[in-house]
Amino acid sequence: MANTYRFIGKATPRKDGMDIVTGGAKFLNDIKVPNMLYGKVLRSPHPHALIKRVDKSKAEQLKGVQAVLTWEDVPDWRGGTPRSTRVLDRKVRYVGDAAALVAATSEEIARHALGLINVEYEVLPAVFEMEEALKPGAPQLYDEFPGNVVTPGSPFFGPRNLKQVVMGDVEKGFEEADVITEGTFSYENIPNPLPPEAPGAIALWEEPNRVTLWVSNQASYMDKITLFYVMGRKVEVRTIGGPCGGSFGSKFMSWQVQCYAALLSRATGKPVKVSMTKEEHLASFTLRPASRMRAKVGMKRDGAVTAVSGTWLVGTGYYSMTTQSQVAVGCGEVQIAVRCPNWDLKPMIVCTNRNASGIVRGFGGQELKCTLIPLLSLAMEKLDIDPFQFLKKNFVKPGDGYFWRDGIWYTYRGVDYTKAMEKGAELFGWKEKWKGWLKPTAVDGTKRRGIGVGVHGNADIGEDASEAYVRLHPDGTAMLFSCVTEHGTGQRSNFVKMVAEVLQLPMERVSVTPPDSLINPYEFGPAGSRGTYAIGSAVIAAAEDAKRKLFELIAPMLEAEPSELDTADGVIFVKNNPEKQIPWRAMGVDRTCMGFGRFEPDYTLTNCMMTFVEVEVDTETGKVTLVRVVNTTDVGQVIDPPGLEGQLNGCLGSGGIDSALFEETILDRSTGHILNANMIDYKWRTFPDLPTIENVVLETPFPSHRFHGVGVGEITTSPGPVAVLMAVSNAIGVWLHEYPATPERVLKALGRVMLSTRKGGVA
Amino acid sequence: MVAKQRRSVKKRKSPATRRINLTVNGQLYELEEGSGPDQVDPAHTLAYTLRETLGLTGTKVSCDNGACGCCTVLMDERAVLSCMMLTIECDGKRITTIEGLADPKTRKLDPLQQAFIEYTAFQCGFCTPGIIMSAKALLHENPSPTEEEVKEGLSGNFCRCISHYQIVKAVMATSARER
Repeated sequence: MANTYRFIGKATPRKDGMDIVTGGAKFLNDIKVPNMLYGKVLRSPHPHALIKRVDKSKAEQLKGVQAVLTWEDVPDWRGGTPRSTRVLDRKVRYVGDAAALVAATSEEIARHALGLINVEYEVLPAVFEMEEALKPGAPQLYDEFPGNVVTPGSPFFGPRNLKQVVMGDVEKGFEEADVITEGTFSYENIPNPLPPEAPGAIALWEEPNRVTLWVSNQASYMDKITLFYVMGRKVEVRTIGGPCGGSFGSKFMSWQVQCYAALLSRATGKPVKVSMTKEEHLASFTLRPASRMRAKVGMKRDGAVTAVSGTWLVGTGYYSMTTQSQVAVGCGEVQIAVRCPNWDLKPMIVCTNRNASGIVRGFGGQELKCTLIPLLSLAMEKLDIDPFQFLKKNFVKPGDGYFWRDGIWYTYRGVDYTKAMEKGAELFGWKEKWKGWLKPTAVDGTKRRGIGVGVHGNADIGEDASEAYVRLHPDGTAMLFSCVTEHGTGQRSNFVKMVAEVLQLPMERVSVTPPDSLINPYEFGPAGSRGTYAIGSAVIAAAEDAKRKLFELIAPMLEAEPSELDTADGVIFVKNNPEKQIPWRAMGVDRTCMGFGRFEPDYTLTNCMMTFVEVEVDTETGKVTLVRVVNTTDVGQVIDPPGLEGQLNGCLGSGGIDSALFEETILDRSTGHILNANMIDYKWRTFPDLPTIENVVLETPFPSHRFHGVGVGEITTSPGPVAVLMAVSNAIGVWLHEYPATPERVLKALGRVMLSTRKGGVA
Repeated sequence: MVAKQRRSVKKRKSPATRRINLTVNGQLYELEEGSGPDQVDPAHTLAYTLRETLGLTGTKVSCDNGACGCCTVLMDERAVLSCMMLTIECDGKRITTIEGLADPKTRKLDPLQQAFIEYTAFQCGFCTPGIIMSAKALLHENPSPTEEEVKEGLSGNFCRCISHYQIVKAVMATSARER
């Protein structure tokens, strides 16, 4: 279909492009507020301990130190779901937990002061392994969570929020199966999404109960709401967002660092910045949840799944703020990817003495599928079923349904992704390369090639509410009021583009407000690929509303009905008589025209991403090289081609495909310390190691969006990891089920080395 | 665990105040050694001096440990990691930061900057200044690099959003235009 839009679907420069390439973009650490102090956190060296006594006198006496705070000095602000984790507590629960906060006139002084605080700990036994944590007599992290099982359910998702996938009759399902497989599979390397900009915040407290925060976050309006509840509903919070130097989900929830800054400002009466070092970021900020599934699946010869039953252990580290939400969404997403009438899949969230897990792209579903698809693969192998055909057959089709995060059944009414999957397979050459399970695609001496495929889709593209205003000015410009922060997707520019398209104004004449909660209406934020459909629809509705009001105002001047009018380039004209026209300035210089738009959640649509990978395994060294990636999707309508390309290529990083190849957070199980909390020991992909990536993007219009598009950015990391393990297994001819596929694991699978089992991350 | 003690807060006394002359983006700065706000502490990195003392915050600091390339600046046309250099070792050096790439009079962008905008060779944009500076040094040394040479030249730069592919295109396009 030819693109008839003026801006939509065209490559347009990012509105913030000039700032980014000239160094003018002001990230959090580039901001200096007058009289600003610097905050630092004293972090526990013990994984589990009670604070017996704190001597802060020496630190307080150091010149330049303005506050030293411990749990005894602060209000009972609590995060977590349910709210059980105090911002500073008498008990520390992981190596890196906050024991004290310092504010000083310089970072150096604050850092120096940390060393002068003497904390006396009573060290408690710690637990790092999920199964260990569940045993009777295991060290208990919270009184509120007996047995270290975190209370299930996410109240934010409503009274029936999804806690498990239970439907049909699994016993009957297993009876109908031609093959039943069972086993335990893990995705526990807890990769760090690792945005380049570490988490941080600047806070300015004003007595008695007001705080302004400059935040570096993915969703600055939600910070205001999160903090309101954390601070006991007693504090009026204003958040000012800015460019966010990467998030990938993680910085959506930064309440702790924000509270540290707020508490220090409250104690000193001055603005305080707390900005994590990279080591703190890696060792004490949130990681991907750990996932371990013990399950049984039944499958028919034709690839129909007859039953899934099992337990899904989800390791959340020392507390959970969003893990229940990830479990809910994961449980929804697994139904989208695997059509099956009989389920009995019971999740359990476990806390252990390591840093917390939190939001990362893939939000529960990636973690779940990385453990379920290997089990399904065993059944496919027994029945000699091609995994591409299996995933294509079992992905949700129009008319199918799923229980979504709110526990409500939705019937899918989007496009059929079969065509996109087939296009991708064709480009990849799946048919030619697939030789059967555990069979290499090609062998050249010690080098063996294998292929794999994965799929992911989520119904969060229409999640949660968004609001926006669009204000029209007599000079023929427009301003979008939206509390969307730019965290890399380019969506702030895309919303401007949508306003420009509705109003037919050049993009240069449309601006967007800073993401300040004081001036903008409610915005859940760009997450879960909801930007295009959810935020976009609110923005479009606001622009339409403003336009309608303008036409009502102008219609009498053109002696026409509002419905007979249209506008372009700041001029209003009569549609069937365009010579009858008048510029926007006719509204009068003393007037603006304001429109409002709101999006209500809609869970009847899902996006889809299928990823094909080809790897080469050197059987001598065990090294796995990712040779080629083909991503395939259908987005309805591309909004910005280069922006979409960037998001699709993002499949590698941020705890995505590379979490199956080399990315892992390594926790020392005897001390609870993370051993690779720096960017040399934490492995990441460099330019010379780029695989070939090809992206197939179809545009089958979605009727529910003004421009017929849906978002896909969030999920691009999700199908790849499981595809990599599949490809490595096929290349070497034996199953490899541990993430990541490091050389030692490959050699072990090949029987070349005898190594004791080392699980990379732990739950 | 996480408190780095890299920058000492102790004052060091020396008989005569030492001066460090830095030319940054064509402007000469005569800095004094010391621990005042406008001075250079012997423990200050070049990245710190550029950002905190001179206010040139276009240079970003991410790992602060020489691993990610975000803080890359040019020193006498060569790319250096400003978080790994002490300012007192930079006396007499000519530094170019991201703020110094555009023409100071006309504000016309450097062709690399222009190409980065055209190819949308960034997503979150945090690592972009460092990558542009690495690419600038590469093109200075090798005006007509192959794609492989561009990748090698940028191998020390971290980009988590994965804008690598668009970056390589932008650098190759710049090289082709300059030829």
